[in-house]
Amino acid sequence: MSETDVALRGLTKRFGDMVAVDNIDLDIPRGGFFALLGPSGCGKTTTLRMIGGFEEPTAGTIELAGKEITQQPPHKRDVNTVFQSYALFPHMTVAENVAFGLERKRVDKAERKQRVAEALDLVELGPLASRRPAQMSGGQQQRVALARALVNRPRALLLDEPLGALDLRLRKQLQLELSQIQRDVGITFIHVTHDQEEAMTMADTIAVMRDGRIDQLGTATELYEHPRTAFVANFLGNSNLVDAEVISSSGRYAEVDADGGARLKVPANAVAAAQSPQIRIGVRPEKMTLEAGNGQQLDGDSNALLGRIVDAAYIGLATQYVVHTEGGADLQIFVQNSSSRTSGLDEGDRVVARWDPEHTFVVEREEQHAG
Amino acid sequence: MSSGGEATAPRGKPGGWLTLRRRNALLPLALVVPGLLWLVIFYAIPIVSQLWISLQTGNPDDGFAQSWNWAVYPDSISEYSEQLLRSLQYAGTATVACFIIGFPLAYFMAFKAGRWRNLFLLLVVLPFFTSLIVRTVAWQTILTDDSWIVGALKTVGLIPPDGRLLATSFAVIAGITYNFLPFMVLPLYASLERMDRTLVEAATDLYASRWTAFRKITLPLAGPGIFAGVLLTFIPAIGDYINAQLLGTSQQYMIGNVIQSQYLVVREYPTAAALSFIMMVVVLAIIAAAARLIGTKRLSEAAVA
Repeated sequence: MSETDVALRGLTKRFGDMVAVDNIDLDIPRGGFFALLGPSGCGKTTTLRMIGGFEEPTAGTIELAGKEITQQPPHKRDVNTVFQSYALFPHMTVAENVAFGLERKRVDKAERKQRVAEALDLVELGPLASRRPAQMSGGQQQRVALARALVNRPRALLLDEPLGALDLRLRKQLQLELSQIQRDVGITFIHVTHDQEEAMTMADTIAVMRDGRIDQLGTATELYEHPRTAFVANFLGNSNLVDAEVISSSGRYAEVDADGGARLKVPANAVAAAQSPQIRIGVRPEKMTLEAGNGQQLDGDSNALLGRIVDAAYIGLATQYVVHTEGGADLQIFVQNSSSRTSGLDEGDRVVARWDPEHTFVVEREEQHAG
Repeated sequence: MSSGGEATAPRGKPGGWLTLRRRNALLPLALVVPGLLWLVIFYAIPIVSQLWISLQTGNPDDGFAQSWNWAVYPDSISEYSEQLLRSLQYAGTATVACFIIGFPLAYFMAFKAGRWRNLFLLLVVLPFFTSLIVRTVAWQTILTDDSWIVGALKTVGLIPPDGRLLATSFAVIAGITYNFLPFMVLPLYASLERMDRTLVEAATDLYASRWTAFRKITLPLAGPGIFAGVLLTFIPAIGDYINAQLLGTSQQYMIGNVIQSQYLVVREYPTAAALSFIMMVVVLAIIAAAARLIGTKRLSEAAVA
């Protein structure tokens, strides 16, 4: 669709026996907010450091704006990094920190001064230009680090967990500011984070990484509504996953056998992508409803599973149920407390858990030890 | 407001004068007293007495009497200007040599030595486990005319066939460099070791070459360590007399040798005291100049923006 800014081809990094990044192919589109999301040790930071030039790939290539930069040292690359620790130069003022890159690029003094002032205004730190980093709060230091990188107008900006050291409130605020700034400047942002909410709030495209590979690539909505692996389904929010076997596929829905004999409907296109009839199907806890009953008539347009409530926890905006199904699965179900009346359901009650077949997604079955 | 609280604080009780507030005020004083006493008795009083002695006249047999002979200062300087200048020159050269050898070593230990770091630290301080005299005498045997080092250097033609190492200024400077190297390496290591290496990555990320990153980031941040290392090397080096005595001849004597011989051999106490005093003032002036230099550089850096 759009132009590719950073392209990774077969990118691999090994540290001794450990494979940190395993043969990644990735196209990062120009001008977007791209997130590399994954748990610690998944290889996301190593990937970012290879793009920045701080780690040399064991194999594979990196292209920036169509030109290969794999062997270029960091100072020759048209990318800038916002480090997790900010890495502000303690012996320089804020303005000197921000001017550092422009000085190296021999930008003349008048322009330098103006661009530094603009960058500091962008992050609303103009009045603090003559302070030292040690005299500033964590949030302010984070903004200086951002201004110091953005002032160079790089082709791509690399952000390594830039909000990780801040408290929750400030993090939320800076998430919104960062997306705003990204839209204003139009530079490609590549953001590394382990926080799924942060990635979903800010990024246009998210690559979920696990064990050095990219599990799934997509928008926040795609990843949440149609996760393709159990890992993605559980890393982004909660999921109920049960093993299933495809019985027939005709028209809009495929029919599967799940949870020890129940017949459920699954969107046919989701099943088509699976490589074997042995699959796992999933549904998000908030997509399900509960009703009392033993399911005399289970026919109808919705999917339904019978079970018994084993746990009910009132958590304010919702009540969180755990339903033990007849097939032996434990389902999590969130029921919103939208009216003052509670559902009247309680532990021990026999219930029918229902959901719209459209909300059913399919993930590959994998060996237990993976993930 | 708090004074009202104080007024009602328990008093009148025996020993009540030592309130918590008073105790907190006295504590820093208690900490500083031993050191202060030591300095007064063994430093301040001797300095004053040195100054007093330096102005006396007389001879060792009949004794010395105070005569406020200020002329001793210009006289000593003009008589021993050669040794004074040589001391500055030797100590300065040795300090530069220590820095040139010590900085890469400290850099290596701080960033590249990994798990061998502590072994290298031990090796750096290991010479301290033997006495200065023993170490310097060992150098004497290494540099002596029929040693294999001198032979090897003659073979490859680095020194002429009749040349020698012992009893030259090279030997004295080399000895000082060797003896004071740890004083340079340790502060340099301490300042480099606590440096955040991400700062260098950040500099290269901002288009600085490795050399520029070193010049703009590593070197300035090692500044306090460099300052400490230079002072710790230069100050003892300028007053050193062991190296000149054991590795040199009277042609290489430094001001320390002169002071020692004036005190212990000639027993010309006023001259010895005056020379000690002159040396102290020279060292203080150099420290002040160095501190000023580094201080103003920091200030001008801050003013650039």
